[in-house]
Amino acid sequence: MSSTTTDQFGASDDGIMRAADGTPLKRSLARALRREKLRSFMLILPLLAFITLTFLLPIADMLFRSVENGIVQETIPRTVVALQDWDASSGELPSEEVFAAFQQDFAEAFKNKTHTRLGLRLNYDEPGMSGLFRKSGRKATNLEPPYREGFIDIDEDWGKLETWRVIKRASPPLTDGYFLAAVDAERTTDGLQMKPEKERIYLYLFWRTMFLSIVITGSCLLLGYPIAYLLANLTVRTSNLLMILVLLPFWTSLLVRTSAWKVLLQQQGVINDFLVWIGVIDDAGRLIMINNQTGTIIAMTHILLPFMILPLFSVMKTISPSYVRAAKSLGANDWTAFWRVYFPQTVPGIGAGAILVFILAIGYYITPELVGGTSGIFISNRIAYHISTSLNWGLAAALGTILLGLVLLLFYVYDKIVGIDNVKLG
Amino acid sequence: MKLRLMLLAATASFATTGAAFTQELPACENCADEITVVSWGGAYQASQVKAYSDPYSEMTGTKFVYDESSNEAVAKLRAMNEAGNITWDLVDAEGPDAVRLCDEGLAMEVDVDEILAEAPDGTPASEDFGESLISPCFIPQIVFSTTFGYRTNVDEWNGATPTSLCDIFDTEKFPGKRALEKRPKKNLEWALICDGVAKADLYDVMETDEGIDQALAKLDTIKDDVIWWSAGADTPQLLADGEIVMGSTYNGRLFSVIAEQNQPVAMLWDYQVFDFDGWIIPTGLPEDRLNRVKHFLHFATDTQRLADQAKYISYGPARASSAPLVGKHAELGIEMGPHMPTDPDNMKNFIVNNIDWWSSYQDDVDAKFQAWLAR
Repeated sequence: MSSTTTDQFGASDDGIMRAADGTPLKRSLARALRREKLRSFMLILPLLAFITLTFLLPIADMLFRSVENGIVQETIPRTVVALQDWDASSGELPSEEVFAAFQQDFAEAFKNKTHTRLGLRLNYDEPGMSGLFRKSGRKATNLEPPYREGFIDIDEDWGKLETWRVIKRASPPLTDGYFLAAVDAERTTDGLQMKPEKERIYLYLFWRTMFLSIVITGSCLLLGYPIAYLLANLTVRTSNLLMILVLLPFWTSLLVRTSAWKVLLQQQGVINDFLVWIGVIDDAGRLIMINNQTGTIIAMTHILLPFMILPLFSVMKTISPSYVRAAKSLGANDWTAFWRVYFPQTVPGIGAGAILVFILAIGYYITPELVGGTSGIFISNRIAYHISTSLNWGLAAALGTILLGLVLLLFYVYDKIVGIDNVKLG
Repeated sequence: MKLRLMLLAATASFATTGAAFTQELPACENCADEITVVSWGGAYQASQVKAYSDPYSEMTGTKFVYDESSNEAVAKLRAMNEAGNITWDLVDAEGPDAVRLCDEGLAMEVDVDEILAEAPDGTPASEDFGESLISPCFIPQIVFSTTFGYRTNVDEWNGATPTSLCDIFDTEKFPGKRALEKRPKKNLEWALICDGVAKADLYDVMETDEGIDQALAKLDTIKDDVIWWSAGADTPQLLADGEIVMGSTYNGRLFSVIAEQNQPVAMLWDYQVFDFDGWIIPTGLPEDRLNRVKHFLHFATDTQRLADQAKYISYGPARASSAPLVGKHAELGIEMGPHMPTDPDNMKNFIVNNIDWWSSYQDDVDAKFQAWLAR
């Protein structure tokens, strides 16, 4: 306990404010505040733990796969060491010692049934490796020296320089190969270079994803703005009814909505049938509105429209009609009153809606897959393909990381231009 | 050619109906009471339920849980394996997926003669299944094929109907949209065959860059007329809607459009591509679950059960000894023989999916194919 005395105002004779128990008021307040903070932290702790465990860690783990490459060292450790002394550009095959180390590694891998996994990994760099590893399987485990001849007897590909260059190149525990592949580049014996023109696809798909997402965001804004305005300015009764119409598709399954667009848009579909019936087009000239970019834009605009309307509506709801009335009474015409007075107040809603729609659009894949044909698919369709079909998770992770980076970059640019404080969700 | 002989033998007497034989199941010791089976859903899974799992449950009281995840089985099994929690007991997988799962160490290697039943005449299972044993992890069920269906009422064709594979590439004689799978596999083979490459040389040609270019150049001639599908149900739907005049898909899907829905559609079997579909057992199952799986498999892949499945769907049994027992469709009452991909009339020209080649070149060729599609 402090020995100093305090007067009736809590200020002690040394001039410091003190609490009833004599501790300086500042410290006591800080302690109370800290306790408060700790308590609120404890309250959100379960949520934080949940998000970290189920969201952040898996994402981090997935992203790490884009550079992870431990499999080569784990499966053929002796070979990796032995290959260090081999000069890949020497034009000569690795020495007998390398082959001997490889045979030992291979026999062990075969016993653990991991040799085919390594083959699959190396196949990403050089087509044919997975077949080579599978084929060599048991034969290679029973080899007797000399191993070099033995391996070449099993398959002449073991006698090719490229095979060993690929293994050596893939040896380090981390790789940039997936990221290079994700931007249509590759590392060959001649160093880093772009893939041949006719094999490039990802950069183009990134560009198309961005472009289509911007178009979709734009058309959502064009269609959503008037609707949100109506919702905000009609009588409560009517606007509630309209609101239900906006939300109704929201509650319908995504697949149902997408399939409905198929029925409407296809060449023998409702819209084309109607146009032919009223004679706008003839039977041979039916419009192609699906299985291309048009299909993707139409279907996705419809699906994402509520995400534009709702933030716009909630912002417009708060704009007092007296501003526009005041502008008009001061002599502004309808357009000026809208453009100079009303519109600027809705910008936060536009910002929120545009961000929501754009970010949702950029990662979409079911709708483009179903209605996009070949010209309307997104980068996410390729990511899904590599996750579930080709099982090249490293490449999928690299593509995903780049996509995430792009979104963050755009978010930053957006913040610089519009300002993130200017965004209002309601 | 061994495969061809086997397939022919398998179909030699489709028309005769075998007498059903009842059998006593041996007791299952230390077996789980429940089994989680992964399959494809739809008509195919229904045929498995009727032919395999319903009779088995009746006899043993085992509870079946079906998970319709086969088209993502490889990815999901890999994820389960990494998480160390395998919730599936038995997975229905296509040949290429089974090979892949085996390569990754996610599927268990099995000794077919040890766990599968022999044929009624005593032929060991490995001989009875023959060429369909494409991987040490694979337990075959059926032979299916990817082939073409076309609409029979297209006015612009002036009464002509496609009779050969290459009519797919003939847009003058057979105008209209076609549906092809959004994958290089099968399309490239078909394109090369119609560009004059002999069947025996296909994969040698495709191994070169020029070969792929040649195939893509051939596909270029119809690119504007193609709708690319990604789900097996797309082509039947597009055919029924009249969106396309011809398209490739699995033969069982076309059977259902033609025989069950009575659409004006017919089959073009020329150069159908054969594939196998079967079971794999995930690695790392606890003993009681593994015992149950083995016990079930012994029953579900015997000669009679495989023949029974063909009553519900037009896929051929993978066992040679099952073929004579295949009869009529259970509900429609039509002879299934002529609808089987393995019917001699249907397999004058065919290709067998070259799993080995594709497992090595898939990624590379797919990149080129997708780049070509995007252009």
